[in-house]
Amino acid sequence: MTTVINVPPSLDDTTIEQVLDQVAPLPRDQKILIDARHARWASPYALTTMLTIGQARAERAAFTGPETDDTASYWARTGFYKHAEQIFDLHGHVPRARNGGESSVLLEITPVAKSEDVHDVVERIQQKAQAILVNELHLDPQATMRFAMTLSEACQNIVEHAQRGGWVAVQTYTWAKRLGRRVVQIAVCDAGIGFRASLESAHGRRISDRWDDGMALEDAVIRGVSRFRDPGRGQGLAGVRRFVGKWDGKLSVRSGTARIAIVPSWDEDVPLAEDLAPFPGAQIQITIPERIPQR
Amino acid sequence: MINHIDVSSVLRRTVCDLYSNLVTRPTGAAVRTEIENLLAAWRGPSLTVIDFSHVNLLDFSCADEVVAKLLLRFEGGAPQDAYFLLRGVREDHLDAIEAALERYQLALVMQADDGALLLVGTVNDAQRRAWQALRELGRGAAEELALALGEAPSYAAAILTALHERRLVMRFDDTYVPLGATP
Repeated sequence: MTTVINVPPSLDDTTIEQVLDQVAPLPRDQKILIDARHARWASPYALTTMLTIGQARAERAAFTGPETDDTASYWARTGFYKHAEQIFDLHGHVPRARNGGESSVLLEITPVAKSEDVHDVVERIQQKAQAILVNELHLDPQATMRFAMTLSEACQNIVEHAQRGGWVAVQTYTWAKRLGRRVVQIAVCDAGIGFRASLESAHGRRISDRWDDGMALEDAVIRGVSRFRDPGRGQGLAGVRRFVGKWDGKLSVRSGTARIAIVPSWDEDVPLAEDLAPFPGAQIQITIPERIPQR
Repeated sequence: MINHIDVSSVLRRTVCDLYSNLVTRPTGAAVRTEIENLLAAWRGPSLTVIDFSHVNLLDFSCADEVVAKLLLRFEGGAPQDAYFLLRGVREDHLDAIEAALERYQLALVMQADDGALLLVGTVNDAQRRAWQALRELGRGAAEELALALGEAPSYAAAILTALHERRLVMRFDDTYVPLGATP
């Protein structure tokens, strides 16, 4: 029997939880059909998370994409279908991406599994990032390099800790509802072992009674703790936090049943959400808003 | 002996000839290992200029592997009497390097594009003051630094010893020279 997972019309870091809530109770070998026919919009975080949902299933999942041509075509241009056809049994019309038409996609959905993939991602992002971050989002030219550094460190989280491949995507879009401004968003998602298991693997680590996904995220994201003994480890996410703080951005990291966030004044998210639907791996979202030029 | 290492060339030679970005830990570790191999071939005391001019991007993990771990290995003069001076460091490179140095309480000397020597990383006020005084002197023994600082010779000697152990000044018998100055 196949269980149908309904995808809401607008899919972002909040509404994707509705999808995870439906998937979590099901055994991994239960056949599922992700029904995105009514989807009209999806953030890069939501698209990469959907791929990781498929990746995490023991029984190959089925997927039905958006019915509207515009939405389906946009998803194709983000690279979603290119990877989805490797992971899902695709049902219905599968659009083909046309080359070079999407300026809002800084980096189409790209698999990350090894160090060379991070080099490739960083090489590809730089030229386009300069044009879009400076000219369209009015960020300081210095932000471009820091943006690429942030992207590199977020991707390395997969290579160093996930123990299986993941996905990265970078897009800009207008975040009318929450912010009324354009944003650039980095999404890095994997279905690996997650922060809690990664930290538990540290040799000699003492696990307290309160040890859970939320504490693991606090250790890794806030305190820079790593599973490695090397004191130089844990700098990546600290660097990401500094970049996000400087540019009034938002960082959220979901792993297991918890999500931790560095929340800027323009957002109303909670710093730590717990008791979420369990989901493997780690899902990172970095959002940098457009700068309003001083008059 | 003064050596020059173009980090970008080392990156292309050891990792991939298409790369211009110093990113990821394995890349940083490979570049550091090659720098260590070069240093091992240059026997005796040496000042090595590590040149970042042609490095496009340097991320935090790579800064930790290339810069911090290199300094850690040669701190205190072991396994050889090696000193390092960084050149061609851009502001975004410096963000990553400073973060790595702070993690281990390390410091280094950097030469800006205009030739100015800068002390970067974790240095207490007394060491910074002494280093700046020595830089103005150009070179000097503990007695000369003590005069410049208005402190006792034993105080100057202790600080110079600490700066030397941290590889921030070179020592020639009783005379100390800031990195980047002509001995």
